Amino acid sequence: MAFDAPTFSSRDAVVCRGVGKTWAAGTKRAHEALREIDLDIKPGEFVVFLGPSGCGKSTLLYLIAGLEDSTEGQTWSFGELVETPSPERSLIFQETSLFPWLTVWQNVSFGLAIRGASQAERRAVAAEALQRVGLSAAMDKRPDELSGGMRQRVAVARALAMRPKVLLMDEPFAALDVQTRARMQDFLLDVWRDSGASVLFVTHHIDEAVALADRVVVFTARPGRIKTICPIDLPRPRNLFSREAEAIRIQLTELLRDEVDRAFAEQEALATAT
Amino acid sequence: MAVVSRDGDTGAAAGASRPAAATRSFEPARMLANVGRLDWLAKMWWACLSVGLFAGLWELCWALGWADPQLLPPPHIFLSNFGEQGKFFNTATRWQVGNAMGEGPSALESVMITVGATTMRVFVGLVLATVLAIGIGVAIRYWHLFDKLVLPTVTLLSPVSPIAWLPVAIFLFGIGNAPAIFMVVVALFFHMVLATINQIDGVSPNLINVARTMGASKAQIYGRVIVPAILPGMLAVLRLNLFGAWMVVLVAESTGVGYGMGQVIMLARNTFNPSLVFFTIAVIGVLGFAFDWLLRLAQRRILYWLPDTKEKLRGL
Repeated sequence: MAFDAPTFSSRDAVVCRGVGKTWAAGTKRAHEALREIDLDIKPGEFVVFLGPSGCGKSTLLYLIAGLEDSTEGQTWSFGELVETPSPERSLIFQETSLFPWLTVWQNVSFGLAIRGASQAERRAVAAEALQRVGLSAAMDKRPDELSGGMRQRVAVARALAMRPKVLLMDEPFAALDVQTRARMQDFLLDVWRDSGASVLFVTHHIDEAVALADRVVVFTARPGRIKTICPIDLPRPRNLFSREAEAIRIQLTELLRDEVDRAFAEQEALATAT
Repeated sequence: MAVVSRDGDTGAAAGASRPAAATRSFEPARMLANVGRLDWLAKMWWACLSVGLFAGLWELCWALGWADPQLLPPPHIFLSNFGEQGKFFNTATRWQVGNAMGEGPSALESVMITVGATTMRVFVGLVLATVLAIGIGVAIRYWHLFDKLVLPTVTLLSPVSPIAWLPVAIFLFGIGNAPAIFMVVVALFFHMVLATINQIDGVSPNLINVARTMGASKAQIYGRVIVPAILPGMLAVLRLNLFGAWMVVLVAESTGVGYGMGQVIMLARNTFNPSLVFFTIAVIGVLGFAFDWLLRLAQRRILYWLPDTKEKLRGL
């Protein structure tokens, strides 16, 4: 697909132009996950992707990470075309993705080990990153000795150790209980403020979007398209029980309900057809 | 047993940098404590009880006259005349030309020589098959062309019974240790290649994606993520195949080898000696059990990071 001179600032953290993804393209099982995504994300911005399950928001995150290739359009990060994964764009997963055979500090410094850094350097970087997530004491523990919340903090530390410019988070707190999730959100906001990185955060929790985002990108049901982009101008730390927060929550709920209804109707139609 | 080289670099690094005062859960002392003492005794007790019950039932059948001692001699009969049975072991040395019946190694020595020979064949065959299978299995996933060229043949040869390879072993290697080891390797290799591929395909894509986003090359992903991640599964595969190796080695030894447990079984068959058959079966059982125990010990040491699911199941 040919594009004329792209019309965006090369300083933007992430730029998507006409991005689409069809899984198993060209086969009988082909299905379109994403269509015509145009998106500009500023450096240091906190953007939440909100949408019904299976709408392709995670797929978009993988495309931006460079882990999957888009079938339409192109993505740039800081002026460079995204073709392969890069340590500048760290991805944090929903499930624990720590290496169970390595200790916490070895997990955190995995990226440096790959570059052949000395052990002293790796330990120093791991110590610093773990201090930033408040887990200095867990340096020499193994992942299975930690709680779910601690493991995700180690995953964040591992991403931070690469000094990323963009943090991509795929429902990172979905497996945690409600109280832990609220604490993790505060923690993430602190980390984000310190690091200065842009954060792209996928969730289907409206509360989470209201708590975190500078802007909320609301997706349609499959194929995922951008329905609306909702700015949230509330100052931080946010009072989630304020009238303004409530108004945004209602607005997002309405937007999402249409899409969930549509997804349901589609699924029912599909079930009766077969 | 050198099964697979774990990520030696980081592993060694962890060992070197470990603070002496830190409490860690995979310190040798604690691991020994886990295995040792009362726990270990209790396990032995249960093993003895399990075998004892089986033997007791057999003895009961004999006492009631259901089991003919000529055909199914109970343990107290086939274990009692050890000196008599031991004679038949180490057939090659004992009946060499010029050796009188009373000369040569004693009964115990004969049994030990035979057991040693068979165990060595099992061990060498198992190590060769494992190294080859993991190597080829990883190579199949690593190079796409290699996959296309090799995997169909491996799959084609997988269902072939080791019995069918027996003539090939003799054609190629004549008699001696080589054909027996070849039989063990050929019986395990193809399955283990498929098992390796299966294990590789089961590695969590998240772990691979993490390594990719950190800039790991293909070789680094295989060396630092895939190989450690498949280790637990491969050790389980190895344990299952250990028993397979013991089964095959007997088939191989029953023909193309001068001595070994297989020869003893054949001799017992040809001379209609049920006592000797059951005695040999008992020896094989003990050996297989010991091998399995050693492998489990190794498993617990190499795979220190695995949770103990068995304990959880016991609580159900």
